Amino acid sequence: MNVLADFWNNYGGQIMDALGPHLFLTFVSLALGIIVAVPLGIFLTRNPRLASPIIAVVSIFQTIPSLVFFALILPFLGIGTQPALVVLFVYSLLPILRNTYIGVRSIDPALIDASRGQGMTSWEILYMVELPLSAPLIVAGIRLAAIYLVSWATIAALIGAGGLGDLIFSGIDNYDTNLLLAGAVPTALLALLIGFLLGMVRRLVTPRGLKVGVAR
Amino acid sequence: MGVKFEHVTKMYPGGRPAVNDLSLTVPTGELLVLIGPSGCGKTTTLRMINRLEEPSSGVISIEGRDIRSYDPIQLRRGIGYTIQQTGLLPHMTVEQNIELVPKLLKWDANKRHERTHELLELVGMSYETYAHRYPRQLSGGQQQRVGVLRSLATDPPVILMDEPFGALDPISREVLQNELKRLQARLQKTIIFVTHDIDEAMRLGDRVAIMRDGILLQVGTPDELLRTPKEEFIARFLGRYIVPHTAPLESIGQFMQTNMIAIQRELADGGRIVQIAETPLWFWLDGEGVLKRVAPALADGGNGWNSVEWAEEDIDCVGERDSAEDVLRRLADGETEALPVVDDRHRLIGVVSRRSVLKTLSNTGRVEV
Repeated sequence: MNVLADFWNNYGGQIMDALGPHLFLTFVSLALGIIVAVPLGIFLTRNPRLASPIIAVVSIFQTIPSLVFFALILPFLGIGTQPALVVLFVYSLLPILRNTYIGVRSIDPALIDASRGQGMTSWEILYMVELPLSAPLIVAGIRLAAIYLVSWATIAALIGAGGLGDLIFSGIDNYDTNLLLAGAVPTALLALLIGFLLGMVRRLVTPRGLKVGVAR
Repeated sequence: MGVKFEHVTKMYPGGRPAVNDLSLTVPTGELLVLIGPSGCGKTTTLRMINRLEEPSSGVISIEGRDIRSYDPIQLRRGIGYTIQQTGLLPHMTVEQNIELVPKLLKWDANKRHERTHELLELVGMSYETYAHRYPRQLSGGQQQRVGVLRSLATDPPVILMDEPFGALDPISREVLQNELKRLQARLQKTIIFVTHDIDEAMRLGDRVAIMRDGILLQVGTPDELLRTPKEEFIARFLGRYIVPHTAPLESIGQFMQTNMIAIQRELADGGRIVQIAETPLWFWLDGEGVLKRVAPALADGGNGWNSVEWAEEDIDCVGERDSAEDVLRRLADGETEALPVVDDRHRLIGVVSRRSVLKTLSNTGRVEV
């Protein structure tokens, strides 16, 4: 316990200082990702011919190593928080977009047809049928993106965006293992925590009618 | 006036017309069955009425008014619609599903609630037991009942049904058909009912319209069709009803009785206990209509329910296509009163008894529908 207490005395302040920017980077880029990718995913279900090309383009971004991506964007947007947000936002797109698209597409077409036949508008079908039924998959995509973002946000320190990555890279530069751990361990814990919380959200949004046992 | 088609044609890009120059009037209060082989255009015909499909040419009118003059959304909210896959929303309860359209039409909560009560009572499902269940917690027959109730929710004058009972086991199908007949006798809706099952068509239809390759071949009451089928195709389609029983009596199917089904008890797991044609046997079916157990019927109906002696797993039953010889001997010897008949998935489809055999031999068996 003593070791932990000492560790916290030495690094607690730095961790707490770094945590703020780190969470900021993670959640702002995630929020932007949700705002863009969920509507885009729904739009693609209405225009399935556009789906493969657009998802392919977004996938290409995903394959660029993050270090390279940060370097590529440097000449255009410079350093700091803004370019970091742009890169992280682009990374968040694919998991959310893909899960939204698949989630909405996987709904039984007969169900949509019957809903149309009852006289529901396409807007009503969206928020009364498609979104509730695909919510678990969409949230699963958001959860995946959030977990990625927590770790990728460490690399944003390289272009001066701050966050827990600062501690890791300073630790590496100065051969200071403790400082490195002060960045790495909270990052890992943060990823686990966010994964756990969003896992709970996923269970919350799963409609009860899909969870109940089947009669017979 | 009901529903009227005037020279309606539906073309799909690059194909034969799905519906070709269809003219047909369905008077108010009539149950019209559309029947034909798959791809004959019956479903397209149905879907043009609530504008899920738009005709390429021709006019469809309801109560004298061209349906193109309605907003499609408003039109659909005023027409009941039931499909084979039930189309019930799995994340909504029975009550929420039934109240879907009333809610869209902004009925107030009391009125909606009353209506749901009334509708569930109509088909003998208690509100307390079923209203808050989810579709997945119901048997296939119960789901389809709710599907039918949903289409009745706003009391629409016209109801469209697209093979609503097609996916059900034979017993559930028969029960729901009888229920629909009973409801229709009371409600007098204009119903357009699509099926590919000729038994269902003859049983339910006030009139039956036979289609092939997008063309309406003949429309008439079941009696008219039987007496004067216009073409060879129709005669073949009605085959079983027209051909006299001159064929050798070979399989069980010919001797069995399938009507007069009485449900003795509905079970909580979706199963039920039924009796057929007053034969002294009770059959225990699961939610899929599969025969589980057989017991001698108790004389006093439902009393002393626990004293029913259900036979052990090994059920004495026969297949529809089994040879009749052995069964006839057993019935003649008095070895057994009656035997349940099952299909290849072990679902109960009827019963063969001394009485049903005599009925068949006296040649009145299948003609009464």
